[in-house]
Amino acid sequence: MASRAIDIEDVKTGEVTEAVYEHPLVVRLCHWVNAVSLFVMVGSGFQIFRAFPSFGAKIPQKDLLNWPKAFALGGWLGGALQWHLTFMWIYLATGLLYIGYQIFSGNYKQVLFVWRDLPGVWPMVRHYFFFGPKPPVREAYNPLQKHAYTSAIGLGVLSVLTGIAIWKPVQFSWLAWLMGGFHLARLWHFLIMWAILAFVFGHLVMVVLHGWSNFVSMLTGWKQDPEYRSK
Amino acid sequence: MVALGAFAIPRLQKPLLKNGLGFSDWASARLFRSGHLAPTFADSSLTPFNQFPVNDYDVNDPEVDFDKWTLTVAGEVQKPGDYTLAQIQVLPRFTQNTRHVCVEGWDVIGRFGGVRLFDFLKMIGADPTARFVTVECADDYYESLDIATAMHPQSLLCYEMYGQPLTREHGAPLRLSIPTKVGYKQAKYLTDLKVSHVLEKVGYW
Repeated sequence: MASRAIDIEDVKTGEVTEAVYEHPLVVRLCHWVNAVSLFVMVGSGFQIFRAFPSFGAKIPQKDLLNWPKAFALGGWLGGALQWHLTFMWIYLATGLLYIGYQIFSGNYKQVLFVWRDLPGVWPMVRHYFFFGPKPPVREAYNPLQKHAYTSAIGLGVLSVLTGIAIWKPVQFSWLAWLMGGFHLARLWHFLIMWAILAFVFGHLVMVVLHGWSNFVSMLTGWKQDPEYRSK
Repeated sequence: MVALGAFAIPRLQKPLLKNGLGFSDWASARLFRSGHLAPTFADSSLTPFNQFPVNDYDVNDPEVDFDKWTLTVAGEVQKPGDYTLAQIQVLPRFTQNTRHVCVEGWDVIGRFGGVRLFDFLKMIGADPTARFVTVECADDYYESLDIATAMHPQSLLCYEMYGQPLTREHGAPLRLSIPTKVGYKQAKYLTDLKVSHVLEKVGYW
């Protein structure tokens, strides 16, 4: 992959390390705006869920779980809906901008999980979870990482589609029908949120494990001394 | 997180949510298709009447006196005044099995009967350039509809549910049935209907 690289010289020690431009500005912008909007969507989503915390009948109502108000945004159902209906546009806009940019710039090759990545998934799983040997690092993202990011984008798309089906079940009745009707669309929307939360959890754990230079790269775009460059 | 904290500032939050909702409303109006019907269902799909939920604004029976009840029509119409239920029921009767989706998230399928709001607006000589229909209710609730929604062929002035006259808790003697919108638009115990060019009172929600 052709990426810009520079050499950085430490003025004290004279040591030279390489830095690679990994994250274009649009990707970084979308990442952070999306992080904020996802937080608002999940927080207000839980408040909306609290109004009817069930996926069964209204009468008799059997609650699925009692989500604490402290972990919800908006104060009440109407307030949460205002946040949800505002930030859904920001969430959608960053998603469209990101996907559009990745496709037209060709940058998608960095993260898109493709067929040839498949054999590399299991060695990474073995390394992360079962103390297996660390597979050689060849690209900015390893196969398991690509799988995670590609899935996350897919989940993002599904969260929007199920959301639209709930927001406008009549105008998008075909979309609701594809999901098994309004009732099930609401359930899919909820389950997809949990899948996204699982991704976010894994993502945050990895960010902490991989240290400061890795984190800074999502702010500046530059990653200092990436593993796949230094032999 | 700093960016998130900023939203707590009312000066920032209010215009943000106002614009967000404004955009949602704009998008809703663009997406609305007058000829697109809400799905209808077979009788076998109906939620049993005793499992059709009753949600209220404050009371579930505002004790309407049926003998004295009229619908007071005002605003941009040629024939304002008080209309009795019999005068409304002169219009053709329609029944439909449609999904009632509550803003809370639950949904049921009910059978609703009444006259088309479209026919009633024609009967009272509503100004065709008017933009809103607002209603007031015996329990102090109020709601508003944009004119496209009011004119939709499935929007009913509803006086029957499940083939029986409306019961008090379901909004007797007259309520709205608007299957293209969520439940809180289906105002019950109607007392007043107004056609207007501007929205004087923003909906409760």
